[in-house]
Amino acid sequence: MLGALIIVFREVIEAGLIIGIVMAATRGVAGRGRFVTYGIVAGVLGATLVACFAGVISQAFAGSGQELFNATVLSIAVVMLMWHNAWMARHGREIAAEMRQIGAAVTEGAKPLTALAVVVGLAVLREGSEVVLFLYGIFASGTSGMALLVGGVLGVIAGAAFTALTYFGLVAIPTRHIFTVTTGLIALLAAGLAAQAVQFLNNGGYFVVLDRTVWDTSWLLSEGSLFGRLLHTLIGYTERPSELQLVVYIGTLVVMYLLMRIARRQPQQRMAAAE
Amino acid sequence: MRHLIALASLAAFLALAPAHASAQSFTITIKDHRFTPAELKVPAGKRITVTVANDDATPEEFESHVLKFEKVIPGKSKGIVRFGPLKPGRYKFFGEYHEDTAQGAVVVE
Repeated sequence: MLGALIIVFREVIEAGLIIGIVMAATRGVAGRGRFVTYGIVAGVLGATLVACFAGVISQAFAGSGQELFNATVLSIAVVMLMWHNAWMARHGREIAAEMRQIGAAVTEGAKPLTALAVVVGLAVLREGSEVVLFLYGIFASGTSGMALLVGGVLGVIAGAAFTALTYFGLVAIPTRHIFTVTTGLIALLAAGLAAQAVQFLNNGGYFVVLDRTVWDTSWLLSEGSLFGRLLHTLIGYTERPSELQLVVYIGTLVVMYLLMRIARRQPQQRMAAAE
Repeated sequence: MRHLIALASLAAFLALAPAHASAQSFTITIKDHRFTPAELKVPAGKRITVTVANDDATPEEFESHVLKFEKVIPGKSKGIVRFGPLKPGRYKFFGEYHEDTAQGAVVVE
């Protein structure tokens, strides 16, 4: 039972971290709870579908279907996170100001919510399909299924509690700083996801370049440990990054920064044009 | 714009560049949540392709932090994993769904 609990918990916290950050990043935006819920529900449905077709996906593209699928899911998430940060760069200050004045969620802003609902959905989809397959294996093997199932359910509950902890930890940050913190977290999150995406491509036999290992910090922090896994999701920690992963990681941060600068500048230009 | 075109053509070049031509193929079988062979010997400095045949009825996640892959292999089916080139040494892999028994290593010589 404990084994099942740990396996499910490990998968759930990866999606949970992302959901926690997304919730904190949209603090003060009306309707975010609804959008995040849509994302989770769609993710769970999608995960079940993916698990059902795991065999088909795996065999597609000369056996590289799963890698291509993962890389695609991660890439879409990266683009959505970039969109969110660019949007927040433009509107974050207004939202923070409104929150200070009225102290409640009043802002009309469906734009980044769609993007973030997609991010939540994809995170749940990816980690969820592994949970579904694992639980399916328990059912299929029959023996002592009940204890393992209880373990799995407890794992999901523990993961949800962890998500809540992430969220409340982040929203405890003063309003003035919260968007700076969440913007930074989302940038690192996106860079880490992008680095994971290229590794999946490499595993699938695509982009087999710059594949030398840059460093090895497995002695310091193993990716298999709980903390290593958390950092892996949060900032893309990899114990043995390849050159390509490092290039993509830094590249994503640079692109994100440029997009945010462009987004921040535009409203002023428009105002100047109106005068 | 010119940068974009340069980047796009670089990306296209990278995608089309032939993967290490000298890939070598191996097979690992999963049965009763154990790997056979539990120690896979492969040559150093080569791109390696491993076909993992899961003979169990239940799915397994074939994973290695050292070799940087994770792949779900449904019951009664096969999956392909690619890695390398590697330096000589011992690289562990495991089955995440049955970590107590599903343990193995790639030995690079």
